[in-house]
Amino acid sequence: MELLANLQLGFGVALAGTNILYCFIGVLLGTLIGVLPGIGPVATIAMLLPATFVLPPVSALIMLAGIYYGASYGGSTTAILVNLPGEVSSVVTCLDGYQMARNGHAGKALAIAAIGSFFAGTVATLLVAAFAPPLAELALKFGPADYFSLMVLGLIAAVVLAHGSLIKAVAMIVLGLLVGLIGTDVNSGVARYSFGLPELIDGVGIGPIAMGIFGFGEIIRNLEHGQKRDVFVKKVTGLMPTWQDLKVSALPIVRGTTLGSALGILPGGGPILGSFSAYTLEKKLAKDPSRFGKGAIEGVAAPESANNAAAQTSFIPLLTLGIPSNPVMALMIGAMIIHGIQPGPQIMTAKPDLFWGMIASMWVGNLLLVVLNLPMIGMWVKLLTLEYRFLYPAILIFCCIGVYSINNTWMDVILAAGFGFIGYLFGKLDCEAAPLLLGFVLGPMMEENLRRALLLSRGDPAVFVTRPISATLLVLAVLLLVIVAAPAVRKKREETFVEEE
Amino acid sequence: MKRREFLVVGGAMAASMALPARAAYPEKPVRMIIAFAPGGESDIGARQQQIVFRRLFGQEMVIESKAGAGGALAWSTLNTYPGDGYTVMGTNLPHIVLQPLEGNVQYKTEDVTNVHFYQYTPDAIIVRAESPLKTYADLVKASKEGQDKVTFAGSGTNSANHVAHTRLNRLMGTKTTYVPFKGTGDLVSSVLGGHVTAAMSYNTLALTQKGKMRMLAVASEKRLAAFPDVPTFKELGGDWVDGAYRGVGVPKSTPEDLRKRISDIFSEINRDPEFRQKMADGGFELIDVTYDRMPAFMAERTKAYLEIARMMGLAK
Repeated sequence: MELLANLQLGFGVALAGTNILYCFIGVLLGTLIGVLPGIGPVATIAMLLPATFVLPPVSALIMLAGIYYGASYGGSTTAILVNLPGEVSSVVTCLDGYQMARNGHAGKALAIAAIGSFFAGTVATLLVAAFAPPLAELALKFGPADYFSLMVLGLIAAVVLAHGSLIKAVAMIVLGLLVGLIGTDVNSGVARYSFGLPELIDGVGIGPIAMGIFGFGEIIRNLEHGQKRDVFVKKVTGLMPTWQDLKVSALPIVRGTTLGSALGILPGGGPILGSFSAYTLEKKLAKDPSRFGKGAIEGVAAPESANNAAAQTSFIPLLTLGIPSNPVMALMIGAMIIHGIQPGPQIMTAKPDLFWGMIASMWVGNLLLVVLNLPMIGMWVKLLTLEYRFLYPAILIFCCIGVYSINNTWMDVILAAGFGFIGYLFGKLDCEAAPLLLGFVLGPMMEENLRRALLLSRGDPAVFVTRPISATLLVLAVLLLVIVAAPAVRKKREETFVEEE
Repeated sequence: MKRREFLVVGGAMAASMALPARAAYPEKPVRMIIAFAPGGESDIGARQQQIVFRRLFGQEMVIESKAGAGGALAWSTLNTYPGDGYTVMGTNLPHIVLQPLEGNVQYKTEDVTNVHFYQYTPDAIIVRAESPLKTYADLVKASKEGQDKVTFAGSGTNSANHVAHTRLNRLMGTKTTYVPFKGTGDLVSSVLGGHVTAAMSYNTLALTQKGKMRMLAVASEKRLAAFPDVPTFKELGGDWVDGAYRGVGVPKSTPEDLRKRISDIFSEINRDPEFRQKMADGGFELIDVTYDRMPAFMAERTKAYLEIARMMGLAK
């Protein structure tokens, strides 16, 4: 068994004393920045890059990777306990995780998030080890036309994600698309909707939007309700989920892991897309979708598994093709080059100890995360027993620092504040913000790929139906649209939501 | 101490004391602002310099990233910093010539005071390993037959890659299509997947993708050490030595002697053997355009870029 031999080599490297230590430092730092809203892995890794000069390359990369997946782990803690996404990828976890906490099941939510993440981490580690090269090949088959159709499918799925009015959901997606249009048009180089502000030439970042709408907006809403909300997490009890909880969560965890692993390989926002899609899927499959948004355990289990799986499989294009699928991976490439390692397809053969060591360290890191997080949950909860008049200013400051540190520009902080106000208004108007975020992420990618596909086909739109991958995805999209729009289904859908009121 | 030695040492001391106080530059950490995101080539180059800078001059060089608008965000603020030599900024060609022509940015080429250009990554034509195009001649033939069906992926519009593609079309006498991507990392999968004919990129891409991609021609002065079999455009009959140049600029208010001193510092870093080796491994070609040679170099570069920009319809 070549795979076993490779994994043995990998674990040999990952379990060496110094590497375990750096893996631990990485995941500890990652959890910390994950718990603190705003401070993301990109800023942290960029700041720590110079400090890794003195380390051997393997230890350095193991530590940096640990920060990345540790952050997605820690992000869920804040999402569940404070309803603030510690990381962008934990935005959906807020929806049900926070509600579980309000219902007195904070411990259960945290435990299931940890278990789901660990399971997803284990599976993703094996996936990376066994299928990295063939999976990377598969991703290459996706041309611009196929990506476009994938985005179409994603956007239509986003409509399903929203609860409440269908019109409002569509409106929010379109608004997200519009915000996504701000910035330089890749094809002509013209700046759109930038109002002559140089800070807007690259468009609006996802950080200010997510932090603004979900972070600041939530704080404004809570302030309106005064002090009475802070009692529910004084003490986390029932950390151990019951058999019933595990049984209900088992399938969502498996589905979330599958979906997350698949989406992580594609370029773009792997963990973000993964968690959103997993949530959508669970809601679609649920016997009683009205429970979602009110503390459904599946609504925590699936997206938490998905974002962790995606965080890990996004290493596949990096390690096998040298393609960074997100900004953190671009930084990892930088780290490799600084350490004199050429990233790309030859890593696996030229530096097997590095390649397999990093993969094995991911599993070790996930184990460390479970050990680190569950017993220490009390410490994080302590943070939240603070009175809101202390907690809120602190969170706001961390959010501002975090948003500022993404690009070192004050404009992003102003934008986040503006989106905070908008997010508050959305709450008042019963408009869900999650579809807006999805429209914002997918829109620009969709436009770019649409125009690229047409440029390559010399303006012939037939390319979207003649390519088999693209055609399949479009058929799926149409089917989904029919299901959503079909009168019978629609009526039932509305009934469900009426009951919910 | 013998008398003669004493005289020499004493003389040297007197001489050093007579010089202006900033001869001691750098006497505190120097801030180097990089106009691109961490992990990019400009950032990687600066981080390698950072190590040598500390070793040779005993001070820290703090790298600060101020990415945005293809670098324009940083460059338009260059002259707002104090001209004391402790804030310097990475500058890039052809960016600082092309961006002002395009008109979206709030600085002019003359606003950027370049003191030294230390490296460049030459333009290169790269195809995937499975491509039927084995040589530059194959590409010319295919381009003449396929014309606009032959596509080149590149990073950005009105960018270094875009200029290079326009130049390539002129050299081949063809009308191939340029397909812009958001960055070099972004276009890799389209090249590997065979969705475009080739990439108009830099030698560094061929280095990272060695084994999966093949370089057909490179715009360097001489053949590259890492690719002894790849011909230069000069050999192929084109007057084409170009690429993305990286250097350092200072605020306009910086005095002449400091500009020169900073230029010397980066020349010295370029001479460091360990640094040279690391840069060569990364695919960076070292050059040494010092401050005194800057006016001539900029004039020559600007003239070349303007010529292409006119062909692209960017300039009149």
